[in-house]
Amino acid sequence: MRSRTLPYLLIAPASLLLAVLFLWPLVQTAFLAFRAPGPLGVDVWSLAHVRRMVSDFDFHTALFNTLGLVVVVVPLQFILALTMASMLRHIRAGRSLVLWIWSIPLGISDLAAGLVWLAILSERGYLNTVLHAVGIISGPRSWLTYETPGVLFAAIVATELWRATAIVLVILVAGLDMIPREYAEAAEVFGATPWQRFRRITLPLLRPSIQTALILRTVLAFEMFATVIAIGGRNFPVLASKAYNWQYFDQNTGVAAAYALVIMGAAIGATLVYLRLLRSPEQAR
Amino acid sequence: MTPKRMLLRLGPVCAVAALALAGPNLAAAAEPVWLSTQLRPIEEAQQVRTVILKDSPVKAQFIADQPASFTVRVEAEAKTGHHVVSLLGALHGELEPFVPLGLLQPLDSLVPRLAADKIPNSLMQLGKFGTQHQYYIPWMQATYIMAANRKALPYLPKGANLDHLTYDQLEQWAAAIHKATGQRMLGFPAGPSGLMHRFFEGYLYPAYTGGLVTTFRSPQAVAMWESFRKLWAQVNPNSTNYGFMQEPLLSGDVWIAFDHVARLQDALRKRPNDFVAFPAPSGPKGLAYMPVVAGLAIPKGAPHPAQAAALIAYLSKPSTQILTLKASSFFPADALPTPGNLEPGLKAEGDAVAKMLAAPDAKPALLPVGLGAKGGEFDKIFLDTFQRIVLRHEDPATVLKREGDAMQRILNDVHAKCWAPDPPSAGTCQVD
Repeated sequence: MRSRTLPYLLIAPASLLLAVLFLWPLVQTAFLAFRAPGPLGVDVWSLAHVRRMVSDFDFHTALFNTLGLVVVVVPLQFILALTMASMLRHIRAGRSLVLWIWSIPLGISDLAAGLVWLAILSERGYLNTVLHAVGIISGPRSWLTYETPGVLFAAIVATELWRATAIVLVILVAGLDMIPREYAEAAEVFGATPWQRFRRITLPLLRPSIQTALILRTVLAFEMFATVIAIGGRNFPVLASKAYNWQYFDQNTGVAAAYALVIMGAAIGATLVYLRLLRSPEQAR
Repeated sequence: MTPKRMLLRLGPVCAVAALALAGPNLAAAAEPVWLSTQLRPIEEAQQVRTVILKDSPVKAQFIADQPASFTVRVEAEAKTGHHVVSLLGALHGELEPFVPLGLLQPLDSLVPRLAADKIPNSLMQLGKFGTQHQYYIPWMQATYIMAANRKALPYLPKGANLDHLTYDQLEQWAAAIHKATGQRMLGFPAGPSGLMHRFFEGYLYPAYTGGLVTTFRSPQAVAMWESFRKLWAQVNPNSTNYGFMQEPLLSGDVWIAFDHVARLQDALRKRPNDFVAFPAPSGPKGLAYMPVVAGLAIPKGAPHPAQAAALIAYLSKPSTQILTLKASSFFPADALPTPGNLEPGLKAEGDAVAKMLAAPDAKPALLPVGLGAKGGEFDKIFLDTFQRIVLRHEDPATVLKREGDAMQRILNDVHAKCWAPDPPSAGTCQVD
């Protein structure tokens, strides 16, 4: 009897905490987004906040910027991390040291990472100092203004690649380590090329790790905030920064909550797509 | 360690934490409590306690609080009838919501006692909120001015007077610098932490259209945005990242800048020989400026009203006002000239403010009044309009039509009446 209830008792505190600190605020967010003052001064169900959000002049820009970042950053990070993880497989001595160095950015907060790249790219930053020293530019040049949206976008992509590729790498390395080397060796005996071994053996067996890595990365990419604020400020609106602005500057919690729901919806949608596309075949489970 | 032992060890920690959370015990105060939204930074609050209140005839407890919790506290004290605070120090717009609720005590009997302090009538009138009674006594004021690097002065257009520039001359000046140096050296605080919306609300709009809300989409407003677009061609593109203009001024990225006196102060105080301060430019309808007035008020039901009144009289004395100026970035509410022995940077700012106020075509435009929690959304209208017309080159008339509708919705939500520079309205202020 005791052994049957014990597991539930043990997970109860964590479940309770998550319910109180995640589920309940989520319900409240939905309330905030869909309740607005009605004609009698009492809050009624309403789409007013949602309409307000959609009619916001840079709602589409923010949506486009966010999707653009996700579409560019996530695949790049995935390819980079997969390449790095595959290279690690062939290193014997010092493998842990290399892995350790590669995952250093994981320990840096996203705001700090944004500020690091701001220090590099600002008007009097390291990049301009170097360009000036080698004679490419004659004076300070601005890279991160509303006049240079392309550079702004590239700078944010670079920051994200630098900061968050490591999380994908760590998951993929763990996945690769779980694949027995015998499969590859057997394939080699039958004359499979390295590319064939990678395509036919490594990738399919790595699928569960890829799924985890992509879901985690995409969800975080939709929430991208501090790096964007540090580098782009108001010049590069994304969904999360719009939610922040509506809450703190424009003081309209309802519209901020509507933005938060859009982010959540996008993240859930992406997760469902990954779950479906990267489903492990029945017999492999 | 047994759980019991651990609790025993944690006990004192919890007790300390609980004490820290409880904060100062206001209810036990025997001295009058002075609650203020101003002079909030630690150093400024410390100056109030150790310097300004040192020679006060009334010993008072100075407590600084965020504007939002200030409002909640005052309303809560009135609702519960449990009064702790005797004196309020806050901006005009922060005190204004208390008047219709009847939370402030009229101070008419105090006014004759302050006659010697020469508080200008225009400021005193603000403290009446358009009623028959004086609800606050002007305490200190700030505003927005311009500052420039001396290197920019040789490029001033012919015939231009720095103390009375027009917006067109500002454009020519910046264009001349652009041509000579290849750099756009005019800067505005249009970044996320900047106060650019105040420039539109208190300076550009009233100077070009004579109003703000009523003239929001008038033909003059369309012309104004078109000429501001032209001016913006001379503005440093990093302006949409700037928060405090003293920083790009000190770094040399910008030679001419507009900002709040407190946000230019560092440049003028650190290198008074390199920078000059001067009034904001004027437009077709005069030199519009935005006074930021802080006042002292006594809440109804205050536990120590007489001592609070004595404190107001003390704080209004010219000698105390100078102490306040030195402790903060605010200027005295009285009309006395800036004393000569002040440090040069502060004096330069004080002189620029005085010249601006004394200009024959000076036109005060108040901070938005009566918008309450909608203030942020009201400011957003101006920032959005600016982004769409100036940064994205959308058609001014179309943008003003749409943003004007959004503005009217906000005003309707809170039933806000017009405030200066717009003429007083009977009902909700209307965007024409």
